[in-house]
Parts: sequence; C-alpha cells; structure tokens
Amino acid sequence: MSKSSAVPSGVTAATLAKDLRLEWRSKDALNSMLFFSLLVVVVFSFSFDPNAEESRQIAGGLVWVAFLFAAVVALNQTWARELRNHVLDAYRVSPAPANSLFMAKALGNFVFVVVLEVLMTPLFIMFYKLRALGPAWQLIPVAALGTWALVVNGTFFAAISLRTRSREIMLPLLLFPVSIPALLAMVNATTAILTGELSAKFWIVLLTTYDVVFTIACLLLFELVLNAE
Amino acid sequence: MKRVFPILGLLTAVLLSYALYEALVAAPTEQTMGNVQRIFYYHVPSAWTAFLLFFINFVCSIQYLVRPNPVADKLTNWTVIAIAIAACIAAFVIRPLPEGMEPSSVATTGLAIAGLYFLIKKCFSQTRTDALAVVTAEVGVVFCTVVLVTGPLWARPVWGIWWTWDVRLTSTLVLWLIYISYLMLRRFSTSGQTPVLAAALAVFGALDVPLVYFSIWIFRTQHPQPVIGGGGSIDPRMLHVLLINWLAFLFFAGLVCWSRYRLEILQREVEETQALEAMLEPRSRR
Repeated sequence: MSKSSAVPSGVTAATLAKDLRLEWRSKDALNSMLFFSLLVVVVFSFSFDPNAEESRQIAGGLVWVAFLFAAVVALNQTWARELRNHVLDAYRVSPAPANSLFMAKALGNFVFVVVLEVLMTPLFIMFYKLRALGPAWQLIPVAALGTWALVVNGTFFAAISLRTRSREIMLPLLLFPVSIPALLAMVNATTAILTGELSAKFWIVLLTTYDVVFTIACLLLFELVLNAE
Repeated sequence: MKRVFPILGLLTAVLLSYALYEALVAAPTEQTMGNVQRIFYYHVPSAWTAFLLFFINFVCSIQYLVRPNPVADKLTNWTVIAIAIAACIAAFVIRPLPEGMEPSSVATTGLAIAGLYFLIKKCFSQTRTDALAVVTAEVGVVFCTVVLVTGPLWARPVWGIWWTWDVRLTSTLVLWLIYISYLMLRRFSTSGQTPVLAAALAVFGALDVPLVYFSIWIFRTQHPQPVIGGGGSIDPRMLHVLLINWLAFLFFAGLVCWSRYRLEILQREVEETQALEAMLEPRSRR
C-alpha cells in the first residue's frame, strides 16, 4: 500500500519546490493567466457596463468563468512540461509513489491559481464597483474550496488529455462537464455573499463534498492513469 | 446465437409497431394537453432506457478498472453486496421514506443493482466489459438525444417555453454532456490504453451525477419555476401503453447494442490480427 499512500512525502515537497522554482524563473503560466483574465475583465465590462447593483448579480459568474478559463492555461502545461526529455517516463519507472506526484502537481496548480486570484480580485472590485453586502470573509473559504475543486480535477484530466490528439482542446472538453456542480456552487455562493440576500452555507457544504469525493477518486485512480501509456 | 438475432429483430419490429399503435390510437387522449401528451410515450421510455444504458456503462467501467487487481475486485464485490443489503434493510427500517418511494421498490432497486453487477461480471470477460462500455455509451447518447429533443417539443405547447433550468432537464443535459466528452475522449485518444482512461472518466461522470442533481435541486427550490408534472397519478391505461412502449424500446436498444457489440468485437479481432501480422512479417521474409 505504500506505493499509493496519499501522505505528503519528500517526493511531493521536492516536485512542488521544483515546479514553483520553474514557474518563478520563467513565469510562463502566471503571465499568460494574468493577461488572459485581464482581457476577460475588460471585454466583459465593455459589453455589460453594469451599475453597482447589476454587477453584484453577475460578478459571481464573471469572476469564476474568468478564473476557470485562466486555470486551464496552467493546467495544460502541468504534464506537458514533463514530456520533454521523457521526465514522465522516468517518474513511471521510479519507485516514487504516483499519488505524491499527483498531490505535488495539484498543489502547484492551486498555488498558481490562488496567486492569480489574489492579483485579479482588486481589479474586479475596481472595474465592477463591487462591495459585498453579506459576510465578506466567507469569500475566502469559497475561493479556496472552489479553486481546489477546479485544480484537483483539472490536474487529473490534464494527465488524461496528455494521451490524446490536440490535447490543449481536450482538457476543457473533459473538465467542464464534470465541473458543472462545482462551478454552480462557486458562482451561487459568491453571488449570495455579494448580494447578502441568501446564505452561502449550503453551497460551501456542497463544494466541500465535491472536493472530498473527487480528491478521493483522483487519488484512487491516478496511478492507473499515470501508467496508461 | 446467429439464429436468435433475426428472431429478436422481428420481435422488436412487431413490438415497436404494436407500441406505436397503442401510443397513437389506443391510449386515451389527455384532458388538458390533448394529443401533444402522446409524445410522453416516446420521451419517458427513451429516458429510462438511456439511464439504464449509462448505468451499465458505469458498472462496466468499474469492472474494467478493478478486475485486474484481486484485492480491489473483492472489495468492490463486497461493496455491491453491502449496497444491496443496506437498501433492503433501509427500505423497511427508515420511516418515513422520501416522498414517492415505496419500501418494496427501494429493496428491489438495491437487489437489481447487485444482480446486474454480478450478471455482467459472469457474462463478460474483463476486456469485453470495455467493449460493452463503448456500446452502451454510444447507444445511451442516442436515446438521451431523443429525450432532449422530444422534451422541448412537448414543453413548447404545454409550458409555453422550450427549455427551463429544472432539476431533471438540467441533470439530463449534464449527463449527456459528460457522455459526449466520454465518446470524444475515446475518439481522440492516441494511447494504447484508451479503455483505462475512458473508464476513469466514466467513473468521474457517475460520481458527478448525484452532485449535479442535488445542486440544481437546491438551486431551483430557492428560485421557484413553473411547476412541472404535478405528481398526480397516471391513468392505468396510459401506464399500460407506457410500459409496452418501454418494453419495445428496451428490445430495440438491446438489438442495436448487440449488433454494435458484435461489430466492436470483430473490429478488435481484426486490429489484433493486423498487429500480429505486422509483427510476424519481417521474420517470414528473412
């Protein structure tokens, strides 16, 4: 069972550190994600031109759609990066547990998307004149749970789409249908907090359930997917 | 086996025409909706058939993943048995059951799930479960498309709208989307182990369905929509026609699945032979 244990190990830490260092030096993913979501913000604010009341209603959907599309950029290069010099093959033959590798990649993507969110949120607030009428601190668990929901499945499906033709297009095609309940929960929780009319508690519970179910599923199935050449 | 196929085909044709007659002529006309309601005899059986096929796809995918590993295989067997027993016990212990559920139907469903699981396990080898998974996904998508097309056709004259984001409509749509992505993965995969990848995706899709249903159920109860169905009882004659139609559709689906399954198996045999020949050829030239 040691090969499939989910406990963060030295492998997780080493891989995570490597990915973060690579990203810190190249800033490939982060730059393209930032620019992409900036474009989304600008394009949407031109096409809607909302006042403060309207923007509260639509901002939840807008923010998460922007982050979802931007996250795909980071997710796509997660495994593609390891194809060069056959690094992935080396992982496969090494005795390192597959799940440690998966956790490292998922955590790495989580960090990238969280950094993106931290940098983009002030812009959203400025452009859409946002002010939460509900308890604003609840946005933090919603963002954390929602981001994890996107990246844990995204990392898994990126490993699947690695084995397909036109893999960059395949990832969203696989990821979006399965992410629908998570997206619905994120959007509704955010809208509920911003408008302050309804409680976001149910949606947070749903997001937590989604995260737990799919994290377990990913950890159970990842080894099979990694070894499927 | 080869003789059974035309007999089954003939039987399906007879059943389908009888069901058509029953649905269009024999069934009583609905009071408020009129003849529009008759689309119900195609819509509902298609939906049931599609869900059954998707469920078979899920069972096949699970079996394809767990059967090479004896420990996981045993664990899954016991889980299935536990689900069946739990359903039987829960059916007669939990009071009150959620509205619209009968104790006997809950117990039967639990036993039917276990029965289907072990039937597939007995009848299909591990590699064949993958062929069955492809077939049921393809045919299921066809039936699900029928559901999604006939639904709006009925909704437009009755509700006055083509589409509403109701629980059942949205869940069916999401299910359809998931299985389309499943078929696309199979089509676009370049891996030699496409079955493993596809089976993993099918398991994810099946895990997603209850979450989708639950989330939209809450989403819609917070924002009321035009009331649907009304939950009233159905005329026994209509139920009779409905069940005959379902039987005909099941036969039809079984027939299509069978021929598609044979095609899939033949295709795989051809591919294997070609691969073998390609391996042997250089040696025979030498």
